[in-house]
Amino acid sequence: MSTHVVADSATMFRRNLLHMIRYPAVTIPVVFTPIVLLLLFVYVFGGTLGAGLGAGGGRAEYLAYITPAILLLANTANAQGIAISVATDMTEGIIARFRTMPISRSSVLAGHVFGGLVQSLIAMAASLVVSLLLGFRPQASGAGWIGLLALLVLISFAISWLSVAFGLAARSVESASNLPMLLLLLPVLSSGFVPVDSMPSGLKWFAEYQPFTPIIESIRGLFAGHVETSDLLAALIWIVATAVLGYMWARSLFQRRALR
Amino acid sequence: MTSTLAPAIELAGLRKSYGEHVVLDGVDLTVPAGTVFALLGPNGAGKTTTVNILSTLIRADAGEVRVAGHDVVREADAVRGKIGVTGQFSAVDNLMTGEENLHLMARLHHLPKDQAKAKVDDLLERFDLVEAAAKTAATYSGGMRRRLDLAMTLLGTPSLIFLDEPTTGVDPRGRLIIWDIVKGLVADGVSIFLTTQYLEEADKLANRVAVLNGGKIVADGTPNELKRLVPGGAIHLELADVAALEAAAMLFPEGVRGDDDLSLRLPSDGGIVALRRVLDSVEQAGIEATSISVTTPDLDDVFLALTDPSARKEPVR
Repeated sequence: MSTHVVADSATMFRRNLLHMIRYPAVTIPVVFTPIVLLLLFVYVFGGTLGAGLGAGGGRAEYLAYITPAILLLANTANAQGIAISVATDMTEGIIARFRTMPISRSSVLAGHVFGGLVQSLIAMAASLVVSLLLGFRPQASGAGWIGLLALLVLISFAISWLSVAFGLAARSVESASNLPMLLLLLPVLSSGFVPVDSMPSGLKWFAEYQPFTPIIESIRGLFAGHVETSDLLAALIWIVATAVLGYMWARSLFQRRALR
Repeated sequence: MTSTLAPAIELAGLRKSYGEHVVLDGVDLTVPAGTVFALLGPNGAGKTTTVNILSTLIRADAGEVRVAGHDVVREADAVRGKIGVTGQFSAVDNLMTGEENLHLMARLHHLPKDQAKAKVDDLLERFDLVEAAAKTAATYSGGMRRRLDLAMTLLGTPSLIFLDEPTTGVDPRGRLIIWDIVKGLVADGVSIFLTTQYLEEADKLANRVAVLNGGKIVADGTPNELKRLVPGGAIHLELADVAALEAAAMLFPEGVRGDDDLSLRLPSDGGIVALRRVLDSVEQAGIEATSISVTTPDLDDVFLALTDPSARKEPVR
């Protein structure tokens, strides 16, 4: 009965929020992993890598350079958390109960997506606060901040749907983090940590055309106060495509998945 | 009113296999509305598969399946609106408290808040879960989980309830609570489809019983009709020693030996004539028997007679 899809999704979202509070073992690493990586990159590698950014580059410049990548890392770390939560949930008898009730099929998945979205927004906010405390000074205007927030929400939303599909595709809880692991590598193989120009040619080609590069360039641009329209457009196309693909894949997996 | 209702369940030619393994091989069943139907069968007979198909969880390979008057595939949501399922594996949310679990169900059934509260409180009371209401379900014992599970099923006021081995792993007190609830539901006109391994449970609760074996219904009727299918009950002889047991077993080749307790079980109608014949034979042969007792047939005998692999003629797959 799809008339209740919004109400049912809200109910499932509440359930996922309660799970996050009662079982924070998934949320805590998602929040702290990007912060630890931020500190590592800035204080261990930052001096050298910052110098590599060009004349006048240093630790402070590197902090500004990698903050967008750290925000995306928070998202991809969260992808693992979501996939594991979904895979775990699918082993629970209550999912079978939901399937025998006249509720919208997507509402169970939507609960995980919105729960994941909240988790990733918390993780990104925590990373950004640490980055600001370390001395990151964005130049974004009011509209820029709104655009940034909208972009980050959209990215989280898209990656959440994809992660739900990853979790459903996993044959076991143990293997649920395998596919998201690849996602975790993507920000590293983009313009997130070092300029693409510094990479060997094959890798450079990959880095230029993979989805995270325009997304990172857009975030970087919004922080700096001047964003390239072409980057933003490419980022939005990738995000929408990921969201649609993730949604359709997750839905079909959930429908097909037989009981054990 | 019952007579005008569509049958709770209509099954015709139901088939399901997983690869080479045939689980259901042409099952036909009709369960009238407002009755309790028990499906018996050994482990792996396909009882849970049947429940899963009837409750829209999995699809049959072939056959006509109607539940509460609706086709389970084409009108799955209409079926889901009328059924409640308490499966073999507890369908409760472990991270939520008993009360939260019930409120989750109330929200998914879109009950108004005050109505939901009244219903949740009533179910907690009826299922003896008031004290545990604020504890997370992960801390519950097996019996408490089962009770919570059934309470969650009842929150939707279903007209047909599937109970897949509802009292497996439940202590005697919990079992009585569940039986009482089931009887109460039947009095309210709810239909029940029960699978169980406890024949006593089927005997106590069910109007009709079917035995599923080898993917087919091998018997179907009231508990009393089924009991008449097997020739009588049994005479139990207890012997003084192994030598006496050997001698008695020679005397009654049809008997089933119990070497552990030195007993011999003789199929019989339990009548006086048969009893006297056994006593006379034992005495004439000079066999020392320590006690003799008579049992009338129960569903266990029916079950064993119908599902004993050595008694089955068809090849085992």
